[in-house]
Amino acid sequence: MKRSAADIGNSSRSITRRALIVGGVQLGIAGALVARMRFLQVDEADKYRLLADENRINIRLIPPTRGLIYDRGGVLLAGNEQKYRIVMVREDVGDVRAAVARLGALIELDPEKTEEALKEMKRRSPFVPVTIADRVSWEEVARVAVNAPTLPGIFPEVGLSRFYPLDQDLAHIVGYVGPVSDYDLERLEDDDPVLQIPRFQVGKAGVEVKLERQLRGTAGTRQIEVNAVGRVMRELNRKEGKPGANVQLTIDQPLQNFVQARLALDEESASAVVMEVQTGEVVAMGSAPSFDPNKFIHGISVADYKALLENPYRPLANKAAQGTYPPGSTFKMIVALAGLRAGVIDPNEEIFCKGYLQTAGRRFHCWKRGGHGKVDMIKSLRESCDVYYYEVAQRVGIEKISEMAQELGLGYKHALPISGVAKGLAPTKDWKREHRGGEWLIGDTINAGIGQGYVLASPLQLAIMTARISTGRQITPRMIRSIDGVETENAPAPPLDIPEEHLAIVRRGMYEVVYGRRATAGRSKIIAEGMELAGKTGTSQVRGITMAQREAGLPDKDQVPWEERDHALFVSYAPYAAPKYSVSVVAEHGGGGSKAAAPIARDIMLFALYKGLPPLEAYPSAQRAEIRDRFARLDLRAPIEPTQGRGRA
Amino acid sequence: MSFLDYDQRYTPTGIRKLLYFNWFLVLLLTAVAASGFVMLYSVAGGSYEPWATPQMQRFALGMAIMFVVGFIPIWFWRSVSGLAYLTALVLLVLVELVGESGMGAQRWLNLGFMRLQPSELAKIGLVMAMAAYYDWLDLSRVSRPLWLLPPLAMIAAPTFLVLRQPDLGTAILMVAGGGAMMFFAGVNLLYFGAVALLAVGVVVAVFVSRGTDWQLLKDYQYARIDTFLDPSRDPLGAGYHITQSKIALGSGGWTGRGFMEGTQTRLNFLPEKHTDFIFTTLAEEFGFVGAASLLALYVAIIVFCVVSALRNRDRYASLLTLGVAVTFFFYFAVNMAMVMGLAPVVGVPLPLVSYGGSAMLVLLLGFGLVQSAHVHRSRIK
Repeated sequence: MKRSAADIGNSSRSITRRALIVGGVQLGIAGALVARMRFLQVDEADKYRLLADENRINIRLIPPTRGLIYDRGGVLLAGNEQKYRIVMVREDVGDVRAAVARLGALIELDPEKTEEALKEMKRRSPFVPVTIADRVSWEEVARVAVNAPTLPGIFPEVGLSRFYPLDQDLAHIVGYVGPVSDYDLERLEDDDPVLQIPRFQVGKAGVEVKLERQLRGTAGTRQIEVNAVGRVMRELNRKEGKPGANVQLTIDQPLQNFVQARLALDEESASAVVMEVQTGEVVAMGSAPSFDPNKFIHGISVADYKALLENPYRPLANKAAQGTYPPGSTFKMIVALAGLRAGVIDPNEEIFCKGYLQTAGRRFHCWKRGGHGKVDMIKSLRESCDVYYYEVAQRVGIEKISEMAQELGLGYKHALPISGVAKGLAPTKDWKREHRGGEWLIGDTINAGIGQGYVLASPLQLAIMTARISTGRQITPRMIRSIDGVETENAPAPPLDIPEEHLAIVRRGMYEVVYGRRATAGRSKIIAEGMELAGKTGTSQVRGITMAQREAGLPDKDQVPWEERDHALFVSYAPYAAPKYSVSVVAEHGGGGSKAAAPIARDIMLFALYKGLPPLEAYPSAQRAEIRDRFARLDLRAPIEPTQGRGRA
Repeated sequence: MSFLDYDQRYTPTGIRKLLYFNWFLVLLLTAVAASGFVMLYSVAGGSYEPWATPQMQRFALGMAIMFVVGFIPIWFWRSVSGLAYLTALVLLVLVELVGESGMGAQRWLNLGFMRLQPSELAKIGLVMAMAAYYDWLDLSRVSRPLWLLPPLAMIAAPTFLVLRQPDLGTAILMVAGGGAMMFFAGVNLLYFGAVALLAVGVVVAVFVSRGTDWQLLKDYQYARIDTFLDPSRDPLGAGYHITQSKIALGSGGWTGRGFMEGTQTRLNFLPEKHTDFIFTTLAEEFGFVGAASLLALYVAIIVFCVVSALRNRDRYASLLTLGVAVTFFFYFAVNMAMVMGLAPVVGVPLPLVSYGGSAMLVLLLGFGLVQSAHVHRSRIK
């Protein structure tokens, strides 16, 4: 059947008309598409370019190198060591189990940690390196490196970790670092992004925590390009951070080592502070027993930590600054100076000691049962007569004693960059009302007169007191010499508000404590010329002595359990004529100050003055054999070369 | 039975037919396909494998098919139109029964040497069958309601089968292509007006009913609509593809970031970068200039087809040519609108550029029909 020509024409016209309509619509749509392209690619191009960059660019932090800590002579106290770990990349390893077996043949693997690592590997993306062995030795790293061709996907990585080359010598001063914890993040109120790096090391104790900001430095940044699943493609840009500042302490490492060794030699638990009296620089601060701070860096084991906590001699505590003790007779200088300044006693006035003082219905005993007889101020110090100070204390009153104590550095929290510096206590009437309830009693003043009762002082405070007495200036302690090469401020201390002649009397008394007739510390003389020692012993009671016990006669030290024995104290400075150092020693439950504490203080003082082991000639000839034997028993560290200024260790 | 008897004396024969091919169309198709090769090379990170080489091989095969089809007279194709449509339907049923799944949909028949997507074939089959139907139908009956039923059934059958796979994109393309065929054939505009009104009514009802007792769609379907309208609501979930796609496009700027320099593509932020989203890569690396140029090539192909159709006095040939062109148009328009965030993400490839065998072979087969119509057009005045 053939269509008519008219039909053909109609069909063509109809199709043409419709095709042109559709064509127009299509062109309109195409125009809309172009307009949209233009909008996205031209008008909004900048916005989308930015979004594309945000997509692909990640910022990673480069942890800063922690600042180093040196002693005053440039010996490294806290450094950074390269720490090696072996990491594994799942996608390059292939059969993970087989690879672990091959690796296990080369180096020792902890099966428990290996299992953990394998689990982590499964959890994470296949290209993320997972640590399979931490803290491996250089030999092991070398073995892995040599066998690299047979260990695809396994390679060593290096990072920096803190280490303390002198382990326990400075544990209480330098402190230690540890991996940052949630608790730290809360406590520090620090928004430094570097803290978000897992296991980033921050200061936990001592100088490490007190100077955290300076030691930490600032993190660098690395701009890296990542793909959609987070794989690092390349590094685009790198901004180096600023390493932490190096810190130089006032501590003298050889002396510090000697102090630690000497304290540990004969005593169970003791502490000492050595201070330069003119500058207040703390040159040594020992507390024995001590601990190894290196154990804390990566998290200490529960067993080790428990052992440290349960040790009755409290190795974790820095007893030199944290420990407070009744100062005992070492407090007598304060009472004497308070009495002189108040004008209630003349240094030449003689007070009669019959072995006790009867007052307020109680009998207060002198340590010497028979009494000292007539006692003036010099003698009162030399023989440490208690009755003399009962009398003076009563005359002066507690308020003025407390005032003097504070002027000489007691009852005040000194600013040192170490943990837990104690405030101690110079009690007043108000203090007792507030904290103990009840009124101040006359007996309280009498007890305070011989540094018992409420009075508490730390070895650090006693060293400061001695320094202030010896110089007549308001010496404040300092432990930081310089930060990043910049010396810390060190203005000369202002003079004390105490007349020089009062101080001279007390100093003379302290000299006689060592060199006088019937002197309490007569066995601790230094006979080297120009190094004369001035000091004061102290024996502070830990428990009260009942009348019955006193009547039965006081038992010998060795028959009393350790924790019930008296604390032995000794404060000193030398040379007497031109003071250089003050040394305070407290031997916890060491017995008598003259017997237990003074010999330690003398050895330390001589080491400080001679800048090394003193010659035996400095000691009285009768003691030299004993001293030689003692030195032989000392466990001293070999001299260490200073490394400061020779690049970073 | 024919609308118009061909005067075979004026039709070129034998190898001389080559001279009467629409060579401009061949050139344009090759140019579009070549830009596809370049992009596939780029998204593979500068490698012919795994995509560019197979794509070139398929293009060569498709070109061969186009020429073979073009050599065969158009009246042969008219006579087998119904058969072609039925074959496509049977293949769609076969997919339903023994087809292979992939990406959550059952779309492929494994022929051993290649995996065939019968839904692509069905699009051409539908165009052929409808052209033949309206060629056969008396002009006066075109708009009679009774005579509207056969073409509607012809559209509905493959659409239903494709929706079951499920492949919403192809279904939309089929309905649109079939509707366009009815429009070209001269069906009364009132019908189209009514359908448009109905569609608007449904859309309004869908939105108005939301949250009421007679809500028309499920909640998750509303969520998808929300995501389409505002991809930033869910930038890492359902909106991820479209957000990343827009970032890639936009960051291209005027002239693009340079060949193989597109960070969105390189770093895998783009999904399906070698198939449905390949236009994004092109726009990222060659910018507005490159993207608009590709669009211009596509428009030129449509223009050549329309011109060829209008110069052809044979109703079957004209309708067939227009049908292939409009199918082609819907492909790239929907794909581009989709990657530019103007249309929801439905799986529609960029014709001749996206990696994929079936779509390329079927499209070139369709253009073979266009060439056949062009070569064998009536030349008597």
